[in-house]
Amino acid sequence: MAKIKKKIKTIKVDADKCNGCRSCEIICSSFHATPKYSLSNPARSRIQVIRHPIQDIWVPVFAGEYTPAECMGRDKYIINGKEYDECGFCRAVCPSRDLFKEPDSGLPLKCDMCEGEEKPLCVEWCLNDVLIFEEREEEVDEEEEQRLEDMEIGLEALADKYGLDKLKEALSRMTKD
Amino acid sequence: MRYAETGYNLEIDLATGNIERVETDPKLMELHLGGLGTSVKIHWDRVPPETTAFDPENLMVIATGLLVGTPAFSCNRTIISTISPQTGLLAYPMMGGFFASELKHAGYDKVIIRNKSPKLVYLYINNDKVELRDAAHLKGKGAVETCELIRQELNQPNAQVAAIGLAGENRVWFASIEQGRSSCSRQGAGAVMGDKGLKAVVVRGTKDINLADGAKFMEHMKDITAYINFRNENPLPGIQPIMAGIGSPQEMLHVDEAWHTTGFAWGNARVRRKDFWTEEIAKSWETTQHEAVKRLISCYNCPQQCGALITYKDVPAYFMKCFSKLTYTMAAYVEDLDFAFRIAHRAFNYGLDSFSTPQVLAFAVELYEAGILTDEDMPGFPPGNEDRFYYLLDKVARREGIGDILAEGTYGAARKIGKGAEKFDHNTTKKHEQMNVKLGMMDPLYYIMYATNEKISITQIEGNWPQSPFPTMEQREEFVRDWPQLPDEKFKKYFLDWEPRGEMANPYYPTPDIASEIVDWMDTIHNIDDALGFCAGMASFCLKPPYHINNYWKLISAATGMQVDKDEVVRKVKRSRHLHRAYNVLRGMRRADEKPPEDHWKKRFPEIEEKLLDAYYKHKGWNNDGIPTRKTLEEYDLGYVADELERRGILKDGQD
Ligand code: SF4
Ligand code: SF4
Ligand code: SF4
Repeated sequence: MAKIKKKIKTIKVDADKCNGCRSCEIICSSFHATPKYSLSNPARSRIQVIRHPIQDIWVPVFAGEYTPAECMGRDKYIINGKEYDECGFCRAVCPSRDLFKEPDSGLPLKCDMCEGEEKPLCVEWCLNDVLIFEEREEEVDEEEEQRLEDMEIGLEALADKYGLDKLKEALSRMTKD
Repeated sequence: MRYAETGYNLEIDLATGNIERVETDPKLMELHLGGLGTSVKIHWDRVPPETTAFDPENLMVIATGLLVGTPAFSCNRTIISTISPQTGLLAYPMMGGFFASELKHAGYDKVIIRNKSPKLVYLYINNDKVELRDAAHLKGKGAVETCELIRQELNQPNAQVAAIGLAGENRVWFASIEQGRSSCSRQGAGAVMGDKGLKAVVVRGTKDINLADGAKFMEHMKDITAYINFRNENPLPGIQPIMAGIGSPQEMLHVDEAWHTTGFAWGNARVRRKDFWTEEIAKSWETTQHEAVKRLISCYNCPQQCGALITYKDVPAYFMKCFSKLTYTMAAYVEDLDFAFRIAHRAFNYGLDSFSTPQVLAFAVELYEAGILTDEDMPGFPPGNEDRFYYLLDKVARREGIGDILAEGTYGAARKIGKGAEKFDHNTTKKHEQMNVKLGMMDPLYYIMYATNEKISITQIEGNWPQSPFPTMEQREEFVRDWPQLPDEKFKKYFLDWEPRGEMANPYYPTPDIASEIVDWMDTIHNIDDALGFCAGMASFCLKPPYHINNYWKLISAATGMQVDKDEVVRKVKRSRHLHRAYNVLRGMRRADEKPPEDHWKKRFPEIEEKLLDAYYKHKGWNNDGIPTRKTLEEYDLGYVADELERRGILKDGQD
């Protein structure tokens, strides 16, 4: 099978070093403003520092995928005696919470790794080296790379459930309107 | 659109419960920038000199700095101004932390609070939704505890809370306003808040702060960030660690306290213990501190970490910052740092200023030992140093027995107690407790600073100039080589010429004129910080800081769109400075009040000291009584202030 090269971008989060300054939130909101840097508002940031200072909890979390429905179960972690919030480490933009939504429109936010910049801005602005950027190349199978797009995955799921004929009927009805 | 500022203030009338969102005049920013500058203007316009601290008309103004909420590092100050019960002058304690940015993102530059609430309430600001809520269930609760309780009851983990404890509720004259990470401590703002029946102010904000030219702003920030990184990697050589870095003194990080514990005075600012810092003490203090400090923490958008989360043995978790680690320990003559981490928790929950309080308690202990206070005044007063402090701390916060008198501070209590107690009030200026420092030779710079500083707190005027001359010329040359923070090249010569001994040394040099120039520059920098909201630790209270007179203007121009240069920034800030001085003059402050504690130095030079004040007043454009002249006031567009001073017979018609 043919192999192709793929860039993997990772931000390593050394949460123990976080001092809760929120600079990462500020710069993310500012960088993604139009025009660039024309405003600042941590509530618009694609990284949010989950904070319970008195409990020694500071966890930077990046905005991930939008999901229309919350998951079936929730998780709750206790690490080193510290009890984290329900869904504490989850990156999803989920109806169960306000996290990672534009404050005015409610539209989902997603970390884009500061597409186009040499280094993610939050990484650059975290002067405490909590956020460490790593980029590596990996060889992956070509086939694996040609993964189905989101919509196709959804359609496939529907076809699985109702049968392909029923799905076709539904689609043609919808396209007539 | 308004840039950098939100353009709105909140007006709260606690008597009627009326809440109004009021658009501010954009002109005010042009005249006074913001923060302390625009707050002073509000007090001048609205609170007459007859009003005292506990009159309903006394305003409590919670202000944010002009650049708070922009991406400028370390710009996060809340400035609370009100008439002080202790001094009768305008108090303006400040705090870092996370409150000011949240308030600005909620859409307000200031919250202006007037009158008194008939019952204990707290103010809840959630963007446009603002309400007064019942706080009966929080009565008597600790300040730190209150912050957590409110966050829980509102289900707002990210809300920021500034609260008072029992001391504020009981109107102790040195009660603080606590925010967990930081506090507004000096001169009793917490007592005014308590008197108004306001337990806490809670804020949550998710709105934008706009920048006029964000790209430019970030360009300037790039240079400043590079310098911050450089300084964090390269502490200034030849300077004690506590002052070699940037940021507020990193008291939670540094364990070497030789400088403070041997240089500053213990007890009621009495004794220097030059042999205190032994190897044994160093070891024990280091162990205790490392056990107590769970994590170093910063303020909003600051790369430094001057505060800490404290989890110590059986003491509930709390936050500590700055010098409070040492003040109680040294004042009580306790040699085990364990005491510091225990008593601070209780004191922060009561909501008490950790500068004034330990001195008041130490003063009471001295009076007891001198027989001026007796077992009758203090029934059951324990013998141990630690227990005595806990005893007195409780009494003061509850205003019980002797605590009710001590609650007025050293100056006020001494006069109430009488019987010679006045003599023990030896470390106040303008009725306010000063830093516990006692030195040998009178120092011209510090003389002017102690005497004239409007905050009545030395750390709010000193900082940009080294505290003492360097011994060798090579060291001095090395130091001045790279000093872009100076307002003028000629200052380099002043520093090179300054000798540790001889004619070119204290008390003769810096000469009154040179001393005036240097102090005026430092005073101005502090006032710029307080208008913009910068942490003094990254600017005015720091040697060779990241922010200074030669780069503020760039940030202000880019953020606000108002094109200003260095001189124009200085002019705006000096305008507010003269207004501030005139306001305190209206309240009775005169030259006779402007003196450092008598025993601050062993060697005093009354003639030189008079000349220093003469020169400084002249340099400021004030008359010989420390009052801004008409000419000066008019130069700064403050003719209306001159009129008022004349109307009240303070400035005489025809004189300047
Ligand atoms: S990588 Fe970029 S987009 Fe993602 S959180 Fe950081 S600053 Fe925001
Ligand atoms: S910038 Fe770094 S230290 Fe600050 S909150 Fe973000 S992750 Fe934590
Ligand atoms: S230097 Fe320290 S006190 Fe100042 S803003 Fe930063 S963390 Fe806060």
